[in-house]
Amino acid sequence: MPDRRLLFLAGLFAVSCGLYLLWGLQGRIWFILELRGIKLAGLCVVGAAIGIATVLFQTLSGNRILTPAIMGFDALFLLMQTSVVFFLGGFNYAGLPGPFLFAMNTVVMVCAAVLLFGALFRRSRNDIQLMILVGVIFGLLFRSLTGFMQRLIDPSEFAIVQGTMFASFGGINRTELIAASILLGMLSIWVWRQLPLLDVMALGRGPARHLGVDYDRHQFQLLCAIAAFVAISTALVGPITFLGLLVSALAHALMRTHRHVHLLPAAALIAIIILVLGQGAFERLMRLQSTLAVVIEFVGGLLFLVLLAKGKIR
Amino acid sequence: MISVNGLSHTIGPAKILDDINLQIAPGGVTALIGPNGAGKSTLLSVVSRQVPAQSGEVSLDGADMKRIDHAALALRMAVVAQDVGVASRLRIRDLVGFGRWPHAKGKPSPKDADIVAQALAQFDLTALADRFLDEVSGGQRQRAFVAMAYAQDTDWLLLDEPLNNLDLRHARRLMSELRNLAQNAGKSILIVLHDLNYAISWADHIIALKDGRVAFAGETQDVMTSRTLSALYETDVSVMAKDGKTFVWHHN
Ligand SMILES: Nc1ncnc2c1ncn2[C@@H]1O[C@H](COP(=O)(O)OP(=O)(O)O)[C@@H](O)[C@H]1O
Ligand SMILES: [Mg+2]
Repeated sequence: MPDRRLLFLAGLFAVSCGLYLLWGLQGRIWFILELRGIKLAGLCVVGAAIGIATVLFQTLSGNRILTPAIMGFDALFLLMQTSVVFFLGGFNYAGLPGPFLFAMNTVVMVCAAVLLFGALFRRSRNDIQLMILVGVIFGLLFRSLTGFMQRLIDPSEFAIVQGTMFASFGGINRTELIAASILLGMLSIWVWRQLPLLDVMALGRGPARHLGVDYDRHQFQLLCAIAAFVAISTALVGPITFLGLLVSALAHALMRTHRHVHLLPAAALIAIIILVLGQGAFERLMRLQSTLAVVIEFVGGLLFLVLLAKGKIR
Repeated sequence: MISVNGLSHTIGPAKILDDINLQIAPGGVTALIGPNGAGKSTLLSVVSRQVPAQSGEVSLDGADMKRIDHAALALRMAVVAQDVGVASRLRIRDLVGFGRWPHAKGKPSPKDADIVAQALAQFDLTALADRFLDEVSGGQRQRAFVAMAYAQDTDWLLLDEPLNNLDLRHARRLMSELRNLAQNAGKSILIVLHDLNYAISWADHIIALKDGRVAFAGETQDVMTSRTLSALYETDVSVMAKDGKTFVWHHN
């Protein structure tokens, strides 16, 4: 018997998707439906990736205020992507097949994230202030390095990476979408099989180890998965800093449970609903293509400040 | 039998444990006592493998601790740490339920549910079972963690200052239940205690640590004397007998 609140979210999800596809449909119906379908699929993949990555990250970091995006994961992805362009040369880069590029970017991202954040988690899990500070500094550092490299790149090659720097739900690339969906599917199946284990890991390293969990090994695997989820969403639409925070806060408030079997689907669905409804409203009602990211950042950023001010960091 | 051979532990420049050699007998209550900072918690976390042994070795029933895998160890040894903080928002029933994880691995059977219910009842938590951990008192939370280790149902039970925050009734009830587990169920219990009166009246064996070394160890009635305890705490302590019971006096 699925949870009633999850059923409600699933219903809302179906309604949002229907609205997005069918609202104001006229003219060359099949052509428009195909375009909308690709965009909708992109939003679903991105939403699910951000929702799941955030909840998993908060399980590892043991608090409700840090998210992969706030800790600079997507900035790291952009940095890695830019370095690949920098070292390969832009035209060589653009000449490579899309799915291969996506796989390469993801692998580089996973390695970098595990190296950097694995060490950080071992040292400072119990020190949230330190983690926030390190996250902010990492984010700045990655962004500055990315900017620096982009200045060194040939201007015509720069155009290739420039588009990735800001979140945009407009142009989702079809081959990237297919590669991302396959990766998302495989990761989700893997996460699904870890669900009860995740509940134990949320107790923290000490208690989980007392219960016989090889915490460090699982933490390593989860960090890899989180990095891959972030790679998926950043590759498709670019960095969105505060959506994850918003989504996990809503998921926790709605589900009021520690069980990941409820938290993870709720977070994924809420993220998708926000993206699909938001994007639909901005496109159709206000004829504004690119404002959704700004609004999400604004609302999520406010929530971040409120959580910080209230000291609600557990 | 837990044996500790030549165990030393340093953190930075500080020597926290210095060449500890111990045998902890199975089937009894062993109390670990000593002043603040003596290294009791550190010893417990090395013995429970929370922290790896730096030099020397710890063995459990003859097997080197390093070679026992995580899941197997959790079926043999349960631990209540000194400062337990839990990140996730949990109800007491769920926390105690996690004690069954090493057995059920996320698929609890009716038997597991019975054991959890019994652990809740044993530690007077049934009425609080649906409260969140951050919405109960410190002593009630402490009891929940003890109940979780109890539900784990292992041969060895290690507890670091479990009487912290407990009122008289619950402290006494916990000690008598531990005694009962040792005597009637053959469990082995290692417990860090601060209140010497609890140690002297409930423990079979005593291990006293001071400055990272074993100050003395042995049967309770043999080693708990005014002289040894005064030296251990560098304070006047008298062990007295009244009506056939021994107790420790140190208040003035
Ligand atoms: N993380 C740490 N870093 C440095 N010193 C520590 C650390 N943890 C404990 N200590 C020191 O180790 C000694 C033993 O600590 P502990 O085992 O907690 O003592 P006890 O439990 O007997 O009160 C103390 O002097 C304490 O200051
Ligand atoms: Mg201690």
